[in-house]
Amino acid sequence: MNIPSELKYTQEHEWVRRDESLLTIGITDYAQTELGDIVNVEFPEEGEHFKKDEAFGAVESVKASSEVFMPVSGKVVEINEPLLDSPEIINEDPYEEGWMIRVEPDDPSELDSLMDAAAYERYVKEESE
Amino acid sequence: MSTASGRSGLVHAEPLIIERSAPGRVGCALPPPLGDSEQALRDIPESYLRSTPPDLPEVDELTVVRHFTRLSVWNHGIDTGMYPLGSCTMKHNPRINERLCRLDGFASLHPYAPADLCQGALQLIWELQGYLAEISGFACTTLQPAAGAQGELTGVKMIRAFHKARGNPRKKVLVPDTAHGTNPATSSLSGYQAVEVKSGPEGVLLPDAVRAAVDEDVAAIMVTNPNTLGLFEEHIREIAEIVHAAGGLVYCDGANLNSMMGVARPGDMGIDVMQFNLHKTFSTPHGGGGPGSGPVGASAELEPFLPLPVVKEKGGRFELDFDRPQSIGRIKSFYGNFAVMVRAYTYIREMGAAGLKRASEMAVLNANYVRARLEGCYFLPYTRRSMHEVVFSDKHLEEHGVSTMDVAKRLLDFGFHPPTVYFPLVVHGALMIEPTESESPETLDAFVESMKAISEEAARDPELLKSAPRRTVVGRLDEVQAAREPVLTWRQTRE
Repeated sequence: MNIPSELKYTQEHEWVRRDESLLTIGITDYAQTELGDIVNVEFPEEGEHFKKDEAFGAVESVKASSEVFMPVSGKVVEINEPLLDSPEIINEDPYEEGWMIRVEPDDPSELDSLMDAAAYERYVKEESE
Repeated sequence: MSTASGRSGLVHAEPLIIERSAPGRVGCALPPPLGDSEQALRDIPESYLRSTPPDLPEVDELTVVRHFTRLSVWNHGIDTGMYPLGSCTMKHNPRINERLCRLDGFASLHPYAPADLCQGALQLIWELQGYLAEISGFACTTLQPAAGAQGELTGVKMIRAFHKARGNPRKKVLVPDTAHGTNPATSSLSGYQAVEVKSGPEGVLLPDAVRAAVDEDVAAIMVTNPNTLGLFEEHIREIAEIVHAAGGLVYCDGANLNSMMGVARPGDMGIDVMQFNLHKTFSTPHGGGGPGSGPVGASAELEPFLPLPVVKEKGGRFELDFDRPQSIGRIKSFYGNFAVMVRAYTYIREMGAAGLKRASEMAVLNANYVRARLEGCYFLPYTRRSMHEVVFSDKHLEEHGVSTMDVAKRLLDFGFHPPTVYFPLVVHGALMIEPTESESPETLDAFVESMKAISEEAARDPELLKSAPRRTVVGRLDEVQAAREPVLTWRQTRE
């Protein structure tokens, strides 16, 4: 299982990357493996604002549909449109090409409450037992 | 090859009927049109006249008969074999139900007939309202909702009306993580935010988790009892007290009432309102077999909010009461799906009190029998006593690189419909088995032996599972491609 060390993670299996003032958000390798082949992605509107832990979209596989939650409060400034036609990109490359949204955070310090890679790895291990 | 039903035989391939078409072929001689057809053509504005004949299949009668007869045997239903679809309760539909709902006095009754001319039908509705109230321990019932999910919506709308009448509809509904997906959907549709409550390590809801989640904004909690793990929510009374103390109500998803008829009553557990799924508990046909029915039972406090109309008895006469100012209004045209009510009524009268209790006991016994015989072969994540269904996980399968879906597909080769898979979501790779009370010990044994054989195959020859099914009309379908690039029309298949 791939858990890049430079990212932050949530208990709902989202990852966050900080690029300058913006955050990029997606679902983890573990999440895409558990879901299986993803067949549909639901996005928010660009410009929409969400609070931390609010659902901003959903990913649907043949097995189940899962909501995707905001790791921090903020405004959506960009969505990864290619996923609409090719949701399988999330399965193939969850951390790069498979990113879901870019967000302008209200308070970047909220990131500190998220797990780092080591903590997330322990969390996944516990959860899958 | 075994001679058990569903394991051998000749299955005809069958194209679409339009592909059977041959130009000019007809199955019957149509009479010439009556009257002046030339004049009729002139009377229709030209823009509404088509210039080319419709693209209909041209086939003879025998081809039509064979086409549909062949297709009919491709289906697997409760009438052809065991259907242990957990949480869906595929039980036998007794034939006497069908006979009675076809009685001319019921089947030919016009929905606009005045109450004076349909006293028998109104009496049946009134009596069934009473039977359901007695079985479930509620003060009142409505038979109007068209299915279980609409019953849920009716119940939550009644809860909203109740709070609104007190000045504040509130904002949230608590939903456990084992809930049916309809519960959060119903909450959202009723204007509430669904808030998930995690169940405890043993698979049941713990009072402390509810206590931590409840506040003055909580309109209700929606609890399924027994829950979708097939476990009895034994803290239900305490949970009800916690929610009531904060001014909230308790909704019970009554989908699993079939496990406790005549043994325990939801109305006695502190539950305020609940839907009944007549197909699950009272033997009416499941979806696809006809329209559904999802009556709602409620406490006396909620009675003013019942949907319109309510059937009432006055001095031996039955009437429809529309004068109910606090009602949530109509939720279904006319009086609900009446023919389904006749079937449920028939079932209750046929079974009697002792028979209903026995049906629930047998449903629980059958589930526990299957559980006892399969435990060890398949991993049981929650070990409390099962009620009417049992949920296994894929833990023993994963080491062979085999998934729950592979087991489900392989089971088709043995002539059984697969159990519910990947639900409830709290179980990894869930296999949710509900045998129902209808199945004989011999059928249960055949199912168990097949499941055991598949578990041995998983260890010995996993490829057998991954390439299943082989004996069905079509092999494994590509569900991913079907979802990503759906081909929905015949024309699309030719593009």
